[in-house]
Amino acid sequence: MIPAAFDYQRASSLDDALSALSGGDAKVIAGGMSILPLMKLRLAQPGKLVDIGKLSELRGDGPTANGGWEIGALTTYSEALAATQLDFTRECVEGIGDVQVRNRGTVGGAISHADPASDLPALLLALDYSAVLRSSRGERTVPLDGFFKGAFETDMAPDEILVKLVRGPLPAGADGSYQKMAHPASGYSIVGLCAVVGSSGGSISHARVAITGVGHVAYRAKAVESALVGSDGSASAVASAASHATDGQDVNSDIYADRAYRSKMAEVYVRRAIDAALGR
Amino acid sequence: MTDVLDAPTTPLGQPIKRTEDPRFITGKGRYLDDIKLQSMTHLAILRSPYAHANIRSIDTSAAKSMPGVHAVFTGADIPYNPLPMAWPAGGSAGIQNNVSTPRVLATDSVKWTGEGVAAVVADTPEQAVDALEAIVVDWEPLPAVVDAEKALQPGAPQLHENAPNNVVFEWNVGDKAGTDAAIDGAEVVVRQRIVNQRLIPNPMETRGDIGWYNPGTDEYTVWMSSQTPHIQRLLLTAFVTGIPEHKVRCISPDVGGAFGTKIFCYADMALCMFASKAIGGRPVKWVEGRRENYQSTIHGRDHITYLEIAGKRDGEVTGLRVKTIANLGGRLSTIGPGIPTTLYARVLHGCYRIPNIYAEVTGVYTNTTFVDAYRGAGRPEATYVIERAMDLFAAEIGMDRAEVRRRNFIQPDQFPYEDPSGLGTASGGAKIYVDSGNYEPAMDKALATVGYAGLPAQKEAARARGKLLGVGLSTYIEVCGVAPSKWIGAVGEGWGAAMWESANIRVHLTGKTVVTMGTQPQGQGHETTYAQVVADRLGIPMEDIVVQHSDTQGTPFGYGSYGSRTSSVGMTAAIKAADKVRDKARRYAAHMLEASPDDIEIDGAEYRVKGSPDRKKTIQEIAFALDLAFDAPEGMEPYLDETAYHDTPNCTWPFGTHIATVEIDEETGEVDLVRYVAVDDVGNEINPLIVAGQLHGGIAQGVGQALWEGAVYSDDGQLLTGSMLDYALPKASRLPSFELDKTVTPSPVNPLGVKGVGEAGAIASTAAVANAVIDALSVYGIRHLDMPYTSQTVWSAIQAAKGGQA
Repeated sequence: MIPAAFDYQRASSLDDALSALSGGDAKVIAGGMSILPLMKLRLAQPGKLVDIGKLSELRGDGPTANGGWEIGALTTYSEALAATQLDFTRECVEGIGDVQVRNRGTVGGAISHADPASDLPALLLALDYSAVLRSSRGERTVPLDGFFKGAFETDMAPDEILVKLVRGPLPAGADGSYQKMAHPASGYSIVGLCAVVGSSGGSISHARVAITGVGHVAYRAKAVESALVGSDGSASAVASAASHATDGQDVNSDIYADRAYRSKMAEVYVRRAIDAALGR
Repeated sequence: MTDVLDAPTTPLGQPIKRTEDPRFITGKGRYLDDIKLQSMTHLAILRSPYAHANIRSIDTSAAKSMPGVHAVFTGADIPYNPLPMAWPAGGSAGIQNNVSTPRVLATDSVKWTGEGVAAVVADTPEQAVDALEAIVVDWEPLPAVVDAEKALQPGAPQLHENAPNNVVFEWNVGDKAGTDAAIDGAEVVVRQRIVNQRLIPNPMETRGDIGWYNPGTDEYTVWMSSQTPHIQRLLLTAFVTGIPEHKVRCISPDVGGAFGTKIFCYADMALCMFASKAIGGRPVKWVEGRRENYQSTIHGRDHITYLEIAGKRDGEVTGLRVKTIANLGGRLSTIGPGIPTTLYARVLHGCYRIPNIYAEVTGVYTNTTFVDAYRGAGRPEATYVIERAMDLFAAEIGMDRAEVRRRNFIQPDQFPYEDPSGLGTASGGAKIYVDSGNYEPAMDKALATVGYAGLPAQKEAARARGKLLGVGLSTYIEVCGVAPSKWIGAVGEGWGAAMWESANIRVHLTGKTVVTMGTQPQGQGHETTYAQVVADRLGIPMEDIVVQHSDTQGTPFGYGSYGSRTSSVGMTAAIKAADKVRDKARRYAAHMLEASPDDIEIDGAEYRVKGSPDRKKTIQEIAFALDLAFDAPEGMEPYLDETAYHDTPNCTWPFGTHIATVEIDEETGEVDLVRYVAVDDVGNEINPLIVAGQLHGGIAQGVGQALWEGAVYSDDGQLLTGSMLDYALPKASRLPSFELDKTVTPSPVNPLGVKGVGEAGAIASTAAVANAVIDALSVYGIRHLDMPYTSQTVWSAIQAAKGGQA
């Protein structure tokens, strides 16, 4: 549990960090809750760590002018808990790690790290967040839907830094629920998911269901969403929609939960989350 | 006045906060890794990535030239013997033990992933670990086997030439003919295969050693995170290194938990001794990482058992036949064979009067980490067998589980109880017997607390919420002490060694008192409890007593702490030493007071002349005078300094009833432990707060086995549960607040009437939770399910019972 030797540079500004990254063989460290364990196992051996932890321009967590929300990449889980106005965000974040981890770990770090069983990707996917990425080549904004490419792989280039996460306003009346079957050892999701649902005129008008821990990446369960939208949101309609929870997914299998069980639990938990989001 | 008289006059039996705790909980404990010696170097061990392989060659040349590296060793460099195997399975004629133990570093082959093959000594731990990566081993991988039953099959990979079919031993105990007849002629027989899965013990502090060879004196000092520094000195010198015993000093600093794992002689101890001398006498420190701990420190349990329980439809149990296959790992740990034999099969009767019992145990080598004593050591496995068997029998005859237990309890007038099948009889004829017990009141108390009579209504209410509610009983016994010597030390039975304990008490000139003992705390609070006992006996305030331990230089030889033996064996030695002090103080008080010793009465610290209460001396005055010794009478030695050794006449036998209540989410299989009631009888309590703490921790550990824990290997011998990310320990957030209660049946075999409590919780709780889960699942006709009850395991069982696709 001793990392290989590495260089360390504390970035004085975002530009400073970006130029340090462009040198190659460097990794960004913020809270260190993901990269440091990998380095201690020597599964990651970066030549250099670029510490962005002191960059105040990456902080901030609050509403935007258009009624949406913006989370600076360095926002810690604890800060996100304090800032959020959504009960289901609180349900999600309170289930991540422990107090110490939540005080160190950052939202940007979790999204960049793209652990296929971590909770924030599902939460932020269901809320239609986009990632704002910066490199010395410029800035771009990409929706999280499509951002996660594989386990620990994202659309980010090695020289890019995630600056913040942004979303537009939630549809009026929409509410959500975060539900999770946690691995008894790691606390990561065997099945974790966020459902955000809104109705109008007696039928479901908005549905986002995003699932983590089940596939190779956190994903939007679009077959569930489309089955739901336009339905009456009855228990049977929800159950029917939930049966599509793993459509198109190559479902994970491990010693704790095999493919069949995990698939079934994804369905059960999706149903429960939608029911909860609908106030049932 | 009555206020004063009613105030406690002795700390004994009081719920005193532990005197150790301020230092432990403020980070001021001094554990192995806190020790930093002048010019200390650091050792790292290269461990096998294969579960089974031959070593063709090892090239250490590149590693030797790495920065900061002082030396690189392989097994060929180290002339020491293999580690000792101190407890062969014995007890009846013809038992053969096919022994293979680890070498300090493996030479020709490795038998599990994690066996050490080379070591680096460097200036810093970082340099040592970096250099490990430069060692090149030419491996010849071999087929591996990790399951004990598969290892016995024809064609299985063979681990050791001296162990055909991977058999370590085939052992038996009990009355075979009687049991066979009882089962053949029984009205009812229930048969079940049950697995007691492998566990990884996980003390909070991993192991570690510092070896220091002093070239000036040709002596070694070894700091070790150990439960048994005296035994380690004996084993390391007489069996492993050949260094004379008096040239080695072993010290255990504060030990941060052990649960049995730190009883044993490990290769790294000898390695640090060897390395320190090899590099000219600089101290060499090795501290085990957590992942390393998962592979190189012993595991626990790992039994596959075929049980048959027989009886009558009226509830009487008439026979128990057990065949157990015990996985002992790739090589044997120090007392590995003793756990599934003596410490397991000899207590299979539990708290029941079963006329016929017979057990066969086969010890097996597999390509896994070695298995040895883990909290309870054999007794949790036995409790699991008998408590599951009682539930299986009750289900078969359709009788209430509590009622079946009640009908078969050993009755209060039957103590001391000797098992009629001879389970307690060692090879030389020495016997242990159940010293005392009164099982029904404890069970009735627990049943009343949980409202057992209202269980059907509770189940119905839970079902309406989509939950399956289950209640499980464990009416357990424990056997504590790992004693007496004539039993456990009988040739071919125990480890051929004694199992007494020791204590020394010195009352200094100032009245301040030093107690040293041969037992070895690892978090139990011995510094508090020994002081309570000695304060009570001598009338000296607790704050004037210091309790010292853990250093072979300065403490009397002792066998250490494990098997819940410290209170019943070690503290009896302290009482005997205190009584010697009292006796000498009485004689000197008589001299000072010009009275006959027979006329001196002792009241706390005061030694008074009978009938003349004003003529008195305190123990402090006596100690002062006897220390100066100006006026000592002819023939009386100065100083109050007494040592005593105690070999208990028998083990002690705590018991109780634990009742777990679980709720299962029928749709997902998730199990929630919603209530836990424990009524324990540990005899008299020295410190009820510490008793409760021991029970809480033990219960949590036992619940962990039932619900979450389990070491899992891939077929080729990779440990898939190799860290806390994958190996699920019990978490406080997933446990209810335990409800503890007690009955008190003092043990007759020691003056304190204590029995021991270190393992009781872990022994009882696994079976209680297992029985609760099976009770919840009984609506589906499920009679047994192997642990741990992960949500998938439970869900799959429900699906299978429904006849659907699992």
